[in-house]
Amino acid sequence: MTYFQLIWSFFKIGLFSIGGGYAAMPLIEQEVVDLHGWLTMREFADIMTIAEMTPGPIAINSATFVGIRVAGVAGAVVATVGCVLPSCAIVMALAYVYYRYRGLGVVKGVLSGLRPAVIAMIASAGLSLLTLSVFGEREITPGAHLDLIAAALFLGALIVLRWKKPNPIYVMAGAGILGAALYTII
Amino acid sequence: MQKSKTTLIKLFTSTLKLSACTFGGGFVIIPLMRRKFVEELGWLEEQEMLDLAAIAQSAPGAIAVNASILVGYRVAGVLGALLTVLGTILPPLIIISVISVFYAAFRDSAIVSLVMRGMTAGVAAVICDVVINMAGGVLKSKRVLPVLVMLGAFAAVRFLNVNNVPVILLCGAIGAADVFWQSRSGERHHGAHHGRGAVRPQ
Repeated sequence: MTYFQLIWSFFKIGLFSIGGGYAAMPLIEQEVVDLHGWLTMREFADIMTIAEMTPGPIAINSATFVGIRVAGVAGAVVATVGCVLPSCAIVMALAYVYYRYRGLGVVKGVLSGLRPAVIAMIASAGLSLLTLSVFGEREITPGAHLDLIAAALFLGALIVLRWKKPNPIYVMAGAGILGAALYTII
Repeated sequence: MQKSKTTLIKLFTSTLKLSACTFGGGFVIIPLMRRKFVEELGWLEEQEMLDLAAIAQSAPGAIAVNASILVGYRVAGVLGALLTVLGTILPPLIIISVISVFYAAFRDSAIVSLVMRGMTAGVAAVICDVVINMAGGVLKSKRVLPVLVMLGAFAAVRFLNVNNVPVILLCGAIGAADVFWQSRSGERHHGAHHGRGAVRPQ
């Protein structure tokens, strides 16, 4: 019964969270805190913080966390599967349609409108992350404190990426280790 | 469609590594995927990657999961999609399972938060690098409409706090209207040069 509730709750979260992580947050809160009482509000806030600090989508992270709390590792797997099931079905259908019809004139038109918009959204997500890193907030507020170490890490990483074109994973890991060392020393 | 065993293994390990590095949610995985699947492996074209990103954003569910499904499906069909989903959910599943045991200690750990702060700056630089490449491509096309769409979408999302989904719907409609308008004026002028010289069909 618990497994079924976990699957169903996270299936709904997966199905109705259109537009990624932050759109999923209120849905997760409703299911997990209000409806089933699987987490307290404090635990929910903690898992959101941890989800920000660890890799992976917020919905998947909270599915794992809630699942393991409620029904152990099997619960984590069940909740996570419930969460990705709607995506699997819907996105595969969309992929089929895309590869079948992308040659049509009107579809080409739609896609040519979408591409620059996607670049803009990536830019916006990147800028949010940059201000979060350098100012500690997602939005630049007056009197925000400039984190010089983060700014130097960002510029250094960008210069290395533009010149040497290394694997980005090394750049990210390097920035993490160098950052921890600099923050500790300075 | 290539389906050799090595391709499938490469597909799985690539998404596994990408997922383990996707800090900061959603769209962050797109530039990383572009580096991997477009530049490094050559499995996808540049424009195709952007199309897949738009589909991943518009469909329900996490963007990283959706984008992985699309790449997996493209490279190796349904089996590929299942492999990439597995590769994408395993890292968070394992990491959060481990953290859930001692999550209070993790949350309050000074060294963890310092490494995370450094990594966030690195991830921001990776995204910035990719945006420079992609936006440069749009500017070099010398077409007015895509540049306007790009700037308008950025302003809407960044400064007006509009949700991504309506922006995608509107930009798709603009693209469709552009093609429709051009084919109509093309019929009227028999393909002659018309008023908006800078805008031409792809």
